[in-house]
Amino acid sequence: MQLSEKHREYWSKNLAITGILLFIWFVATFVVGYFAREINSINFFGWPLAFYMAAQGSLIIYVVIIWYYARYMNKLDQAYGVAEGEEE
Amino acid sequence: MSGGSSGMFSGATQSAFNTQLKKIYTWYTGGFVVFVVGLAILEQMGLPRAWIGYIFLLATVGLYAGIGIMSRTSDAAEYYVAGRRVPALFNGMATGADWMSAASFIGMAGTLYLTGFGGLAFIMGWTGGYCLVALFLAPYLRKFGQFTIPDFLGARYGGNIPRSIGIFAAILCSFTYVVAQIYGVGLITTRLTGVSFEVGIFLGLGGILVCSFLGGMRAVTWTQVAQYIILIVAYLIPVVWLSVKYTGVPVPQFVYGKVLEKVSAREQVLIKDPKELEVRGIFKARADEASANLKGLPSSFDAGKQKLAAAVDKLKADAAPADQVAAAEKALAAYPKDAAAAKAQWTKDAGLAARAGPPLRHAQAFPGKDEAAQDVSRRNFLALVFCLMVGTAALPHILMRYYTTPSVKEARQSVFWSLFFIFLLYFTAPALAVLVKYDVYSFLVGTEFAKLPQWVASWTRVDPSLLSIVDINRDGIVQLAEIAIGGDIVVLATPEIAGLPYVISGLVAAGGLAAALSTADGLLLTIANALSHDFYYKMLDPNASTARRVTISKILLLIVALAAASVAAQKPADILFLVSAAFSLAAAGFFPALVLGIFWKRANKWGATLGMIAGLGITFYYMATTQVWLRGVFGVTSPVADNIWWGIQPISAGLWGVPLGFLVIIVVSLLTPAPDKETQDLVEHVRYPNLAGDTMKTLGT
Repeated sequence: MQLSEKHREYWSKNLAITGILLFIWFVATFVVGYFAREINSINFFGWPLAFYMAAQGSLIIYVVIIWYYARYMNKLDQAYGVAEGEEE
Repeated sequence: MSGGSSGMFSGATQSAFNTQLKKIYTWYTGGFVVFVVGLAILEQMGLPRAWIGYIFLLATVGLYAGIGIMSRTSDAAEYYVAGRRVPALFNGMATGADWMSAASFIGMAGTLYLTGFGGLAFIMGWTGGYCLVALFLAPYLRKFGQFTIPDFLGARYGGNIPRSIGIFAAILCSFTYVVAQIYGVGLITTRLTGVSFEVGIFLGLGGILVCSFLGGMRAVTWTQVAQYIILIVAYLIPVVWLSVKYTGVPVPQFVYGKVLEKVSAREQVLIKDPKELEVRGIFKARADEASANLKGLPSSFDAGKQKLAAAVDKLKADAAPADQVAAAEKALAAYPKDAAAAKAQWTKDAGLAARAGPPLRHAQAFPGKDEAAQDVSRRNFLALVFCLMVGTAALPHILMRYYTTPSVKEARQSVFWSLFFIFLLYFTAPALAVLVKYDVYSFLVGTEFAKLPQWVASWTRVDPSLLSIVDINRDGIVQLAEIAIGGDIVVLATPEIAGLPYVISGLVAAGGLAAALSTADGLLLTIANALSHDFYYKMLDPNASTARRVTISKILLLIVALAAASVAAQKPADILFLVSAAFSLAAAGFFPALVLGIFWKRANKWGATLGMIAGLGITFYYMATTQVWLRGVFGVTSPVADNIWWGIQPISAGLWGVPLGFLVIIVVSLLTPAPDKETQDLVEHVRYPNLAGDTMKTLGT
C-alpha cells in the first residue's frame, strides 16, 4: 500500500491538532495544578480559583477538548477522502 | 447483520436502530420514574421500609436479568463486541456505567468530604484520562476492530509474548478491581435488605451472571445503559434537594461556591474554639499515654494493671462510696487481659492522635506544616492525577467498549458522550461534599446531645464505623472533634439529611448497586475474554469453532466470577489500595506499548515486550517496598524512608513505570531491527478510518 501526499498531510494535521489539544490538557491539569496555592487566593463566584478549576473548570475543558477533537477529525476525514461509508 | 441479532436490541438499519433505542430508553426512564413515584405513594400509605428495600432489589436485578435474557447470543461478534452497532450516545452511557464503580458512586463524595482539595485528584484524574483515550487510543483501536486489547498487542507486535504479557496485565488489573465491586455489591445488598454479607454477594453475583453469561458484551451493553440511567437519577435527586434546602437553587453545581465560603468561615471559628481545643486536648492526652505505654511494653502492662488494682484496694480500705468502688472495679475488669491485647488496644488508642489535630481547611491546596511538606503534598497530588489519568486510558474494560461502535467517527463521538455522562456525576460530587459539610459544621456541631437529628441516631445505630458521636468532654454539646465520620455515609445519608422519604434512600442504594454491578459486568467480561479469546483461541487452539469459543468464554466467566466472589467474601483488608494500584499497573503496563504502537512505526516486538515488563516491574517493585500491606506480604524489612523516591506515595508508583516503559520501548526498538512491512502497513491501516487501496482486513468476526 502506498500513501499519497494527501494522506501524509492528513496525518500531520492529525498530529498537529493532537499536539495542540494535549498542550491545553497539560496546562489545564498540571500547570494550573502546580500553581494551585498561588491562585487559590483569587475568589471565583465564591470558590477559591484553584479549587474551582480542580472541581469543575478543568473538567469542562476536558469535555470541550474531546468534543472539538471529534468534530475536527470527522470534518478532516471528509476533506481528505478518508471517511467511512454510512454502514460498514 | 449477524444471525445472532433478534428481539428488541436490533434494527433493520443503523439509523432505524438508533431511533428504536431512543424510544426504548425514553419509555424505560419514564417507567422507572413512575415506579419510584408509585413506591413513594405506597410508602405514604404505610408500606414498611424493609419491603421497599426488597422491592428495589428485586425490581432492578430482575430488570437487568430480563435485559440479559432478551439479549442472549452465541454469535462471536455479538458476544464479544455487541455486533459493533452501539451508537455513540448509548456507548457513552454504557461506558459511564462501566466506568463509575461503587467507589465513584458511594466513596467519591465521602473522600472529598474527608480530604477536601486533596480528594479532587480523583475528580481530575478520572475525567482527564478520557482526553488521552480520545486523542491516542479510541479511534485507532476501533479501526483495528478486533475483540480485546491483547489482540492489538498481538497483531501489532507479532507473536505470543506481547500478547501473553497483555493477558497477564489485563487479568492483574481487572481481577483486583472486580473483587472490590463484588465486595461493594455485598455491602449494598446487605444494607438494602438485611441479608447476611455472604448471601448479599451471591445474590448480586446472580444479577451479574445472568446478564454477562447469556449475552456477553451485547447484554452487558444494554444493561449498562439501563444502569446508567438509574445511577445518575439516584445520585442527582438528593443533591438537588439538599441544594434547594440550603441555597434555594436547584442547580448545586453552580451555587455551592457560596456555601463553600460559609464552610471556610466556620472552619476558621472551629479551629480556635475553646471547647474544640478541649476535646482535641483530651484525644492528645489519651494518644500520648497509649504511645508511652506501647514503648514501655512488656513492663507497662503489669504496671498499668497493678495501678488499677491498687486504686480498687485503696478505695475499699478507705471505705469509699459503693459507686466509686464499682467504677474502679469496672476499669480494672476492662483492662486488657494480656500483653498482646494491651498492645492492640494501645495501638488503637495511639491512633487517636489523628483526631487531636485541627479540622482540615476544605479549600486549602496542599496543606503541610512547612514549605517542604507542602511541596511533597503538591508533588503527590500531581503524581496521583497523572497515574489516574494514564491508568484510565489503559484499563482494558474501558478501551474494549470502543470496539463496539459502528465506525471510527462514532468512536470519537462516543468518547465525548462517555466523558459527558461521567462529568454529570463527577462535577456534582464536590458539591455534595460541601453541602453535607455545611450541614454538619453549621447545624450538627453545637447541638445538644439530647436533641440529635433523626438521621444521626439511625446511622450511629446501623454502623458505628460510619458515624459515631461521643461526648468526650461531657458538656452535653456536640463538638466537631467529637464526630467520627466514615466517608461512605455522605452519599448514603444525604436523603435523610435532606429530609426526603425513605423511598429515596432505597433509590440511592439501588443506584450504588447499579454502579457496582455494571462495572463488575464489564470487568468479568474482560477477564473471561482475555482467557478464552486471547489465551485459548489465539494461542492454544486457533481452529476452534465460533460456538466453542463462546461456550468456553461463558464457562470461564462463571469460574472467574465465583473466584472473585470467594475472595470478596474474605473481606480483604487492603481492597482500596488494590483498586488504586490497578491504575498504576495498567498505566505502566499498557499505555506506552499501545500509544507507541499507533504513533511510532519503528516500535517493535522486543521493545514492547521489554518495555511492558520494565514498566510493570518497576511499578510493582516500588509498591512492594513502600506499601505497608505488600511489604508484609513480601517480607520487606528495610525502612520505608530508604525506599521512597522523591516522597512519592506507593499509590502513584506509575509515575516511575510509565516513563520507564516509554524509554525502554524506544531504546530497545532502536537497537533491534525495524518491524516488517506487514506490521508497518497495519499501523497505516489503523491511522486512517478508510484508506484507498488498503486491502487489509482486521475486523474480527
